[in-house]
Amino acid sequence: MHVAIYIPLLIPALAALAARPLAARLRPVAATWLLTLSALALAAASSAVLGMLALSALLRIPFVAGVGHLSDPVISRGDAVSLPVAVIAGGLLAAVAVTASRAVWRRAGAIGAAYRRARTLPGAGEIVVTEDAAADAYTIPGWPCRIVITHGMLSALAGEERGVLLSHERAHARNAHYLFTSAARLAAAANPLLGPVAGEVGFAVERWADEHAAAEAGDRKLTARAIARAALAASAAPPDRDPAIAALGLITEHEQGQPGPRQAGRRRGRPGPVPRRVAALLAPPPGRSLLLLVAAAALVIVSGASAAEAARNFHQLIELAQTSRG
Amino acid sequence: MAMRDDAREAEAVVGNADSGEPGRRGSGELEAEVLAALQRADAALTPGEVKDLIGGDLAYTTVVTILSRLHAKGVLARHKAGRAFRYAPVSDQPGLAARRMARVLDEENDRAAVLARFVSSLSESDEDLLRRMLADSSLADPDLGG
Repeated sequence: MHVAIYIPLLIPALAALAARPLAARLRPVAATWLLTLSALALAAASSAVLGMLALSALLRIPFVAGVGHLSDPVISRGDAVSLPVAVIAGGLLAAVAVTASRAVWRRAGAIGAAYRRARTLPGAGEIVVTEDAAADAYTIPGWPCRIVITHGMLSALAGEERGVLLSHERAHARNAHYLFTSAARLAAAANPLLGPVAGEVGFAVERWADEHAAAEAGDRKLTARAIARAALAASAAPPDRDPAIAALGLITEHEQGQPGPRQAGRRRGRPGPVPRRVAALLAPPPGRSLLLLVAAAALVIVSGASAAEAARNFHQLIELAQTSRG
Repeated sequence: MAMRDDAREAEAVVGNADSGEPGRRGSGELEAEVLAALQRADAALTPGEVKDLIGGDLAYTTVVTILSRLHAKGVLARHKAGRAFRYAPVSDQPGLAARRMARVLDEENDRAAVLARFVSSLSESDEDLLRRMLADSSLADPDLGG
């Protein structure tokens, strides 16, 4: 098989490197869509390649070749994949199947539970204000989504800043951001190299909500200030929650397999998501970056094309083996 | 009125689960359903009464387990009445109940993964950085973008 078959396995590593700069430079809406769809496409391509590699090992087994009416010599000659590589691919594919289905199962369960929770929250309005002195605010996915804000958070913010908080959470609710983050997380479960991409999807939806709030308020500095003050208030009066779930809004360290708060795993001196969001709001709004979009899309297309080309070769090989046998 | 609707929905959830095992649902969901049922009731209830309220597919022992777990979490108060405990929400105030429910939700990491938080937690250097930004909001660290 042509060496191009390995390209889809390598591109996710490139995507992991590119994700953070892309999330920082693209418009948040574009970044969210691009990163989410790329993660899904790259995960699909790499899984397909693993499948083909594993299948090529399976066809070496005389019994399987016999069942498929394939010619042994043609299979062995035409196949550049060494047996150990194929066996490793088979093992990886099995692991992908297990982790991806577990991720789907768990995430679907979590979303279902959140829907039920959103319904059973007291009151009929979209917003639920709790008496908690800790500063916290979040959106629970549901139909409709519910927004929970603590008394501590409200009292930490000035009137206009509360408006920013509400527009931000409403943007999460209206645009079903949990679907983007869940899809990206699923892709990362199928290919762990895509973990950083999924993390940046979490960041991109926060930026999306921030930019929405800034546009509604008509004041980027006010929005930046509201976020900074809310974060400092939450830091001073931390919500009673497992620190592991606090990272990047939607992404848990638990899922990323790292114990403890995100800060522990963060590269030293690298600013966390909140200062990045504030800085982005203090800078001018990101413009259209068509070039970046095209470059990123090209990467995904190369990956998909390589997988398709490999599939075509593989198919031809099998046909050849069948005719030789006949 | 809203409370009544909530409780009815909680019942519907239990009813839907007839075909599946109750164990399939997370303990947090069951806790929320039990709490919703207790909030609807005016009086403190025994586990048997709670079981009747939320529908048929839960074992009595499961209800007892959920009630004592919620009690341990401070969501429910209980007092001895005859041979059984009677349980009631610690406060009828919607806010308090919501907070406690959110906390129950938070206890399950997978559940919490779908919450969209306004702000994530800060490291010490993040805090310093934010304070500096607030002090001079025109300050933007050029490194932040990358």
